[in-house]
Amino acid sequence: MTALRNILLRREAGILVMIILFCLAVGTQKPQFLTLDSLRIILLLTPLILIGAMGQMLVVVARHVDLSIGSMLGFSAMVTGMMFKFHPEIWWPVGFLVSIGTGALLGLINGLLVTLFRLPAIIVTLGTLNLYRGLTYIVSNAKQIDRQYVPTALKSMSQTSPIFGIPWIIFISFGVALLTYIFVMHTRVGRQIFALGSNPVAAPLRGVAVTRVTLLVFSISGALSGLAGILYAGRWGFVNPSNTGSGFEFQVIAAVVIGGVSINGGVGTVLGTILGVLLLGCVAAALPLLGIPGTTQSAIYGAVILIALLIDRTVRQQGIKSLTRARA
Amino acid sequence: MTDTTPLISARGISKNFASIEVLRDVDLDLQRGEIHALLGENGAGKSTFAKILAGVHRPSRGTITLNGQPVDILNPIVAQKLGITLIHQEPISFPDLSVAENLVLGRGDGGWFARVPWSEMTRNARALMDLLGVRIDVTRPMRGLSIADQQMVEIARALASDSRLIIMDEPTAPLTPKEVETLFGIARRLRDEGRTIIFISHRLEEVRALCDRVTIFRDGNKIATDTIGNLTDADIIRLMIGRPLKEFRHKARAEIGDVALKVEGLTLPGVFHDISFEVRKGEIVGLGGLVGAGRTDVARAIFGVAPATSGTVTVAGKGVTITEPAQAIDLGLAFVPEDRAAAGIFRTLSVEENISAAIPKQIAPTGFIRRTVEKALAQESVRKLSIKLASPRQPIGELSGGNQQKAILARWLLTNPSVLILDEPTRGIDIGVKAEFYDMIGDLAASGRAILLISSELPELLALCDRILVMSEGRLTADIPRDQATQETIMSAAVPRTARSGVAA
Amino acid sequence: MSAIQTPATRELPPARPRWQVIVVRPETMTLVLLIAALFGASLLSPYFLDVGYILRSFTLSAEFAIVALVLTMVIIAGEIDLSPAANMALSACLFAFAQQAGVPMPLAIAIGLFAGLVMGAINGIMVIALQIPSIIVTIGTLTLYRGLAQVIAGDKSIRVPDWFIGINTVLIAGIPLTVLIFIVMSIILGVVLSMTIFGRQIYQIGTNEVAARHAGIRSQRIKMSLFLLMGVVSAAAGLMTASRLGSVRYDLGLGGELQMVLMAMLGGTYIFGGRGTILGTFLAAWLLVIVSTGMTVANVPPSVQLVVQGVLLIVSIIATNFIYSRTQR
Repeated sequence: MTALRNILLRREAGILVMIILFCLAVGTQKPQFLTLDSLRIILLLTPLILIGAMGQMLVVVARHVDLSIGSMLGFSAMVTGMMFKFHPEIWWPVGFLVSIGTGALLGLINGLLVTLFRLPAIIVTLGTLNLYRGLTYIVSNAKQIDRQYVPTALKSMSQTSPIFGIPWIIFISFGVALLTYIFVMHTRVGRQIFALGSNPVAAPLRGVAVTRVTLLVFSISGALSGLAGILYAGRWGFVNPSNTGSGFEFQVIAAVVIGGVSINGGVGTVLGTILGVLLLGCVAAALPLLGIPGTTQSAIYGAVILIALLIDRTVRQQGIKSLTRARA
Repeated sequence: MTDTTPLISARGISKNFASIEVLRDVDLDLQRGEIHALLGENGAGKSTFAKILAGVHRPSRGTITLNGQPVDILNPIVAQKLGITLIHQEPISFPDLSVAENLVLGRGDGGWFARVPWSEMTRNARALMDLLGVRIDVTRPMRGLSIADQQMVEIARALASDSRLIIMDEPTAPLTPKEVETLFGIARRLRDEGRTIIFISHRLEEVRALCDRVTIFRDGNKIATDTIGNLTDADIIRLMIGRPLKEFRHKARAEIGDVALKVEGLTLPGVFHDISFEVRKGEIVGLGGLVGAGRTDVARAIFGVAPATSGTVTVAGKGVTITEPAQAIDLGLAFVPEDRAAAGIFRTLSVEENISAAIPKQIAPTGFIRRTVEKALAQESVRKLSIKLASPRQPIGELSGGNQQKAILARWLLTNPSVLILDEPTRGIDIGVKAEFYDMIGDLAASGRAILLISSELPELLALCDRILVMSEGRLTADIPRDQATQETIMSAAVPRTARSGVAA
Repeated sequence: MSAIQTPATRELPPARPRWQVIVVRPETMTLVLLIAALFGASLLSPYFLDVGYILRSFTLSAEFAIVALVLTMVIIAGEIDLSPAANMALSACLFAFAQQAGVPMPLAIAIGLFAGLVMGAINGIMVIALQIPSIIVTIGTLTLYRGLAQVIAGDKSIRVPDWFIGINTVLIAGIPLTVLIFIVMSIILGVVLSMTIFGRQIYQIGTNEVAARHAGIRSQRIKMSLFLLMGVVSAAAGLMTASRLGSVRYDLGLGGELQMVLMAMLGGTYIFGGRGTILGTFLAAWLLVIVSTGMTVANVPPSVQLVVQGVLLIVSIIATNFIYSRTQR
């Protein structure tokens, strides 16, 4: 009984119910929404967000936030795209190393600014959001990397499939999620991230190397943004200095907050975040079907972030109430 | 005594904080299998010494040897590895992690990417809880555990890392007597296993009941170490304060007048229930009880910081509803809160601004601040309360604790309150300044103000109050007139009724 | 941690000399930088010795600068608002949409301003009544407001009537109107913040909100009024931008939050609240204008300017934190 109750009370169950209700609601209007094909569409909309959300989840669990992921995505994609363009002789999978490495470096810079100078991550990453975007213009000379330069093999990762007709890009994103799960649940440093976010003051007293863990978290966020960057180049076939990755941070933060990662740190699950991403994907896939113009998407993300914050707060209040009741 | 090498030998330990010496040349040996009490007033250095052993602070000078080997306790992690655990009064915990995880966190085995052995961890945690005889679900998160349970987890943590020295810093303050008994039982068992326990407490009776030896600190010096049986309570107190215990009595017994504050049936579910009392003009009413009995919550409710859900408050004969402090102040109430740093001072702002914070209408009748008025009021307060400072323009954070508290009191006196609620007004304050406060409180009552004094120090209540109310577990359990008040009558009312505490939990 | 306890007996440190209190503060840094920037810019181009040129350049940033003044007060009160630029866009879009739909101009302007007020109220309610951190609330509302602007305006630009265009070219005593508004607002808010009880209480809330509440300061009311003011002023700034540009698109003022935060930070406002002045933000606004105009004159591409702004933001917080940690024991 209690086990079942615990499962039902978990945050993940709530999001799952929301997804199902949403899909059924859309399905009554447009039955074609409830088909395998639209599942494919939904899944294809989400891989980049899912990858970014895994990094953001770690950052938020550690009681920080990373606003610069869109710019890191853009910069990494641009650097990789330029490698494809000017050094086509290099074997294309090397692009993954370049992109991930570039992202990790940018993330590390964020982390260093946050830890060395004890600055709030939100301001630092607001600064680097612009800084990295500006750097993207500079390195690219404000020129787009066009379709013909992106390796065909990379582009086809969004279509070709190793198995079950599911494209590579989806496998990669869920692989990242699985690795993140193993990382946070089964490694010591993964648990230290939760300890740090749960009680930053006490963490150093319990042997958490706060500086290094923080650096790691921001670097991972950067690295995953870099991975999302090269996949972006493959998915859309171009890298544009101004568009690529712009607004990515809001989608990802929306997904993470919906997924039940607490903005107060210490709380968050991979499953919840995946579900948060899927819910966003469902919304994004349903809009064109329902004839709602794409321009509404940003507004919907904004509304969804706020609603998720309200839910988060209500859950927290309920928790506090039940605790005080237990004490009385 | 087969092995006489002390477990820990500290020699010449000194500690400076920003050129102020808080610990001077302390030598101390701790034997295996003893419970050793550290006694002393606030600021005497006992906690600093304990924190040095636990690696929280590093000594400015001096050496520590463990089992005859010199050791350098760099930080709490090193301390942990050496088998030294400090249990804080408010235990450190990671509220979002499970109890089992809290137990092993910081043991530091394996690298960053070492696997977390969940099942083994849970199994070990269960075994430890059984060993301690406590029933805590180790898979639940720490959030919401009672302080007593959190302390048990800390003790379990010490056992998990097989600590040889366990330091308990005022562990009993938030506990019920039954929980204290459990704690003592466990402490004795650990001692009998050959572990060493340092027990820091203000309560002599507990020290007597539990400890083998005591060390007394005063003003950063170690004054004496002796077997507890060799010292009488009077000896200990004399050693602690360096002079015979002076009886504080507020001199002029004030004329007791009309009811100034009356509270009826005040209730905040889960926190306090059905609180009714009154305070008259010129009267000092004490409010005693254990930490966590709900005294501060009642004060906060009356003052509108966290209002009660039912019950009535009457000020000077008029029924009032107070939902925020601003209203309370308009009605002539004043509240000196318990936690000065968190709820009292504006650290980086000037003393002047701190003093004038509650009287916006006096210093700025038109909305524009009249600096001359403010300055004059602040200077007068500084003089009246003899606040020691370099300049009224300096940040209040630069003053000593006692002078900060005086400035807070000055802030409230400027509002000319008819009812003053003082919550632990002398906590963490020098003994000399304390006496000044007692005189001031007496004078305030003599000038016709009603005073509600919340205090955990029984002598303080006994010396100052005309009447003493006692709370226990959110309920008012006694109203003791001055001539019947003794430490025993207060304590017996403060102790929770076991039957009820069992059911309600 | 309360690891370092204040020892009970401690000697009084001497008060800092008065000249130090006056000179060692972040605004001095801003002023020095401003003079240095002016000097450097005048070497770059003789235009910078022409006051009129600087004033004209300032009109490009005046709207952000006006909002940054209020933002300074919000940050001193211990909160932050990242949504004002999105608020500007949505207010301007609503205004433009309404007047295009035939609503009389005064009413359309009122709609725009009222929308700003409502947006401020939404931020305020979520932060104050629901107690969600303002940083995350305003990230959410930033997305929402900008998104709603996009819903209303789509990808098109909406023109405004000819007579409404060009507030930046109206000169009063030789000063462009928007710059004059900025200067007047600076004086008013500067006086409010430094000389009134309302201003005093903003500092007190930002220093220690719990203590402020205990002292009877109605912190929620004050914060709410700041968020409302933020909303209205943002909307007014949005309308001014619409007048300057002559048309409204959903991306009006895009990225403006960075510039506003930058002005506040560069002016020495303490990111954790309780410290800062209007004077600092006032100086920082001029500094930024001279730096960015200087870069434009020197043919530095806008992308590099973006980099410079990002770097300036981070460097200014580091410097401010450093100065405050030095002057605070």
